[in-house]
Amino acid sequence: MKYIEEFQDPALARRLLDDIHATVTRPWALMEVCGGQTHTIIRHGIDQLLPELVELIHGPGCPVCVTPLEVIDKALEIASRPDVIFCSFGDMLRVPGTGRDLFQVRSEGGDVRVVYSPLDALRIAQENPKHQVVFFGIGFETTAPPNAMTVHQAKKLGIPNFSLLVSHVRVPPAIEAIMQSPSCRVQGFLAAGHVCSVMGVREYPELAARHRVPIVVTGFEPLDILEGVRRAVRQLERGEHTVDNAYARAVRPEGNPAALAMLEDVFEVTDRAWRGIGVIPDSGWRLSERYRDFDAEHRFSVTGINTREPAECRSGEVLQGLLKPHECEAFGTLCTPRSPLGATMVSSEGACAAYYLYRRLELGTVPAAATAPTAASAPLEASPVV
Amino acid sequence: MCLAVPGRVLDIGEKDGTRMATVDFGGVQKEVCLEYLPDLQVGEYAIVHVGFALQRLDEESAKQTLELFAQLGMLQEEFGDPWEQAAAAGGDPWPFADDPGPEPEPTPVLAAPQEEVQP
Ligand code: SF4
Repeated sequence: MKYIEEFQDPALARRLLDDIHATVTRPWALMEVCGGQTHTIIRHGIDQLLPELVELIHGPGCPVCVTPLEVIDKALEIASRPDVIFCSFGDMLRVPGTGRDLFQVRSEGGDVRVVYSPLDALRIAQENPKHQVVFFGIGFETTAPPNAMTVHQAKKLGIPNFSLLVSHVRVPPAIEAIMQSPSCRVQGFLAAGHVCSVMGVREYPELAARHRVPIVVTGFEPLDILEGVRRAVRQLERGEHTVDNAYARAVRPEGNPAALAMLEDVFEVTDRAWRGIGVIPDSGWRLSERYRDFDAEHRFSVTGINTREPAECRSGEVLQGLLKPHECEAFGTLCTPRSPLGATMVSSEGACAAYYLYRRLELGTVPAAATAPTAASAPLEASPVV
Repeated sequence: MCLAVPGRVLDIGEKDGTRMATVDFGGVQKEVCLEYLPDLQVGEYAIVHVGFALQRLDEESAKQTLELFAQLGMLQEEFGDPWEQAAAAGGDPWPFADDPGPEPEPTPVLAAPQEEVQP
C-alpha cells in the first residue's frame, strides 16, 4: 500500500478501501468517465490499492482528447489568417493537428492567444474591432455554459467581430455508445462530478435502468474516487443499478438551472464526431439558428482540409477503455509528451499522459534523466502540457 | 481545462450588465462571472470553471480541495503561464522573438512549500 499515506485523510482512505475489499466477491469492471478522475487514479495508485477483482477502465472524458482532428485542423487554418486573433484555452496549444499545432502557428506568426475565460476573448474582440476574434469552444457540459454565455453576451452587446469555433460534446450519449459496443465490458460508471454540477442527474436514471448499470456521480479527489468505487461495487454485489450521488457537496440533482436555460437558448443538440471514436448520435452541441452569425465555421469557409491521423496511434481504443495506454506500441517510444502522436498524450486529462507521467519509472520507458514528480516538487516541467 | 477550482468571493460588481466578482483561489485572484449563481455573496465559496461560478461549495470542502490542488501542483497548472508550460512540455526554449516571455504570475499562496517550524 505504498501510496496511501499520500491521501488527504489516510485513515478514511483505509476505511473505504477495507470496506471495498470486504464487499467484493466477484470481478467487476467500472469506467471512470472523467479524465480528471483518471489522473487522480493513476497519480495515487488507486487502481493498485483496489482488490484485484475491481478493474477501473478509463473513459472518454477528456474534451481535448476527443476534439476531432478535422476541427483542430480548422482551428489551425483559421488561426493562421492574418486578420484573425485566435483565442483558446492553454490545453489546446500542443494538440497535434495534421502536421502541426497551435503552438507552431504562433511561432510562425499567427496571433494565437491563451485566455483563462471565454469572456477574455470577448474583451479582446471589443479592444480589436479591426480583427476577427475567434474563440475555440471545446469541452463537455461544464465548459459549454460559459461559452454559451459568451456568445449570448456578444449578441447582446453587438460585437460583430467575435465568433466561436464550436466542438462541444455531451457525456450521456457517450455512455450510451460505450454500452452499445459489442466489446463493452463496463458494468458500472463513475459519472463526472462537474458535468453533473451543471446538468444535474436527470439524464442518468433511464440509462442506468436500460443498461442495468449503476451510475455513481463522483468527484475527482482521491477520497471521492474511493467512495464512488465503494458505492458502485456495493450496488453491483447486491444486483442493483440505480443512480447515486456521491458528490453531493457540489452536485444538486437539478444541476444549475440558470446554466441549463442558457444552454438551451444558445445551443442545439447535434451529432458529433469524437476523435478516435467516430460519430456518436446527439453527442454534441452546435450554435442554434439564432446565433448562427457567431459560428466561426459559417464565417470562415474552411474547406479542402485533408486530415491525417498517425497510423500508430490507438487513442480511439484507449478512449473507449478497450486498451490501456502502455499497451500501445508507440507508448513512450514514438509517442511522448514531447512528440505526441495523439491528443491523449498531450492533454492534462489524457489517459496516455497520465500513464506516462506517473507510471514511467515502473514501465521502464523513460530516459534515465527523468524523474517521477512528487507532491513536493512543483511538477511544471514534468506536466504533460499545461 | 476541465478542472473546476473552488474560490472565495472577495467583491461583487457589474460589467456590461453582467454580475461579476473578484474571486480568490488560494492566492491567485481572477474575475469571475456570477450570472449562473446570481445570489452568491461576498465571502461565500463556489466551484469556478473557466471564469464562471457554477455551484456553491461549503467553506470546509473548498479549503480542503484548494489545499489538495496546491499540493499536487494543480493550481500552478490552472493559473500558471500556458505558453511557458506548453514550451516546457515540448522541450522548447521560449520561442517568440517578438515578445519578452511570460510575466511571472503570482504563485498561489497555498502552493508555497510549508517550512517546518522548530519550537
Ligand atoms: S501512446 Fe500515443 S500513439 Fe499510443 S494511443 Fe496514446 S497517444 Fe496514441
